[in-house]
Amino acid sequence: MNVIQETINWLVSPQTWSADGHDMIARSLEHLQYSAIAVAFAAVLAIPAGWFMGHTRRFSGVIVGITGAARALPTLGLVTLFGLLLGIGLVPPMIALVILAIPSILASTYSGISAIDTSVLDAARAQGFTTRQLIARVHLPLGLAMIVGGLRSAFIQVMSTAILAAYVGAGGLGRFIFLGINTQHTAMLLGASVWIMVLVIVVDVLFGTIQRFATPAGVRRLNATTSAQSSAG
Amino acid sequence: MISFESVTKTYPGPRRSAADVVAVHDTSFNVDTGTITVLAGSSGCGKTTLLRMVNRMVAPTSGRVQINGDDIAHMNPVQLRRKIGYVMQHAGLLPHKTVAENIAVVPRLNGATRAEAKRSVDRMLEMVELSADMADRYPAELSGGQAQRVGVARALADEPRILLMDEPFGAVDPLVRTGLQQQLIDIQHELGTTMLFVTHDMSEALRLGHEIILLAKQGRIMQQDSPTRLVEQPANAFVENFLGLNAAEKALRTRTTADGRTMVVDAHGRPAGFLEQA
Ligand SMILES: Nc1ncnc2c1ncn2[C@@H]1O[C@H](COP(=O)(O)OP(=O)(O)O)[C@@H](O)[C@H]1O
Ligand SMILES: [Mg+2]
Repeated sequence: MNVIQETINWLVSPQTWSADGHDMIARSLEHLQYSAIAVAFAAVLAIPAGWFMGHTRRFSGVIVGITGAARALPTLGLVTLFGLLLGIGLVPPMIALVILAIPSILASTYSGISAIDTSVLDAARAQGFTTRQLIARVHLPLGLAMIVGGLRSAFIQVMSTAILAAYVGAGGLGRFIFLGINTQHTAMLLGASVWIMVLVIVVDVLFGTIQRFATPAGVRRLNATTSAQSSAG
Repeated sequence: MISFESVTKTYPGPRRSAADVVAVHDTSFNVDTGTITVLAGSSGCGKTTLLRMVNRMVAPTSGRVQINGDDIAHMNPVQLRRKIGYVMQHAGLLPHKTVAENIAVVPRLNGATRAEAKRSVDRMLEMVELSADMADRYPAELSGGQAQRVGVARALADEPRILLMDEPFGAVDPLVRTGLQQQLIDIQHELGTTMLFVTHDMSEALRLGHEIILLAKQGRIMQQDSPTRLVEQPANAFVENFLGLNAAEKALRTRTTADGRTMVVDAHGRPAGFLEQA
């Protein structure tokens, strides 16, 4: 039997999915849960910060710095570092995942807010919008699609990296990757990798749909006219 | 009446070491209730700064602005803005809201019900001569002239007693501009709104203003007068220059046409119109 056949067999085997077997369903939910928690924490930190920088249109250098630094960060190193500092368990990889998720959310929130036409904001304030109304009725609807875009890439990145949670003894789908490597069980290693990719694609499609719905109708038309004009011109 | 009393505005310089920018220096004037007063002057002379002092979008560094004797510095800025219409060069419509929703913004902020706001929208669309089927369009689907009409409708929707306009027709083509100007005159006549109108275009100022205030750098008033007096008795060389009526290239001559009418031609001999007895 070749590797591909073995992998498929592993993936369709009831043993892989059942609760008294590998329980991939529970591990998948765990994996998604870890990712969601990490992205949620990152969002709580990065969205207000990105909003502030976008609203004041200052500190854009900070954004460039953070995204640049984040790209260079070795995530495995981070997990190991926090593992050594904080011990085995869920907290060290969680911190690493939150750090990983922050830059794309920060950058997209910043771009989403700072891209709003200043004359639109100025007119809204001059008409008597309070700051709260400005956020709820202008910033949020016009910036939301971009922010969702940032959450989307953060979530995808975190899902791929959450594998490392298993490296320091926490759960998730990474368990099968490390188990597969350690026991030279190639079918398990490949099967789990394929399954993670499937989940990533599903999540990506889901977020893409949300992003489309988050773009207000008037803005979709605006984009349509400007792209029509630029392609004509 | 809106009164500006010795208002000054300085902005911090562009770099930390640079000197402060004095946008407006010690300027005083009054705007009579129920009239159109035009602030005219070249770019950078402080027109926008003065205009935005009225709705507290700009706070004077010193001096004060009063509306009917009340110092606006003591008023809640948000409440004040909801009572004052504001139209700017780029309409600044909310791109994610329809025309109707944009016009309804201020009435809704001021507590109008949906039904009341809808009535305002219908009335305003009619007033600025936009057909009712425009109501559901988005700003991206409007021409520049239409967007400016919506901007005017939005500013007037809750029937403010004061309307501020900052070069509102500067970006629309001349033919449309003339139409919009006439419309504004009609609206002002109908509603009796006190209007403060900013422009750098002297012909627009002469056309709209009951009173024209011609400004030099830092909001220095060169002359405040009716259009007729401004043209007939310019106070100084600056005013004469700005009017440009004496410039050689602006000089007009008359010529009698084949059918006996008197045609006015410009310095290059191109027809500017026919002469008729006023
Ligand atoms: N927010 C600001 N910061 C710094 N300088 C400003 C600001 N707003 C206006 N100015 C300066 O003040 C002067 C008057 O500006 P403004 O009132 O916009 O003139 P106008 O509307 O007549 O063109 C200009 O020199 C301009 O550069
Ligand atoms: Mg200006």
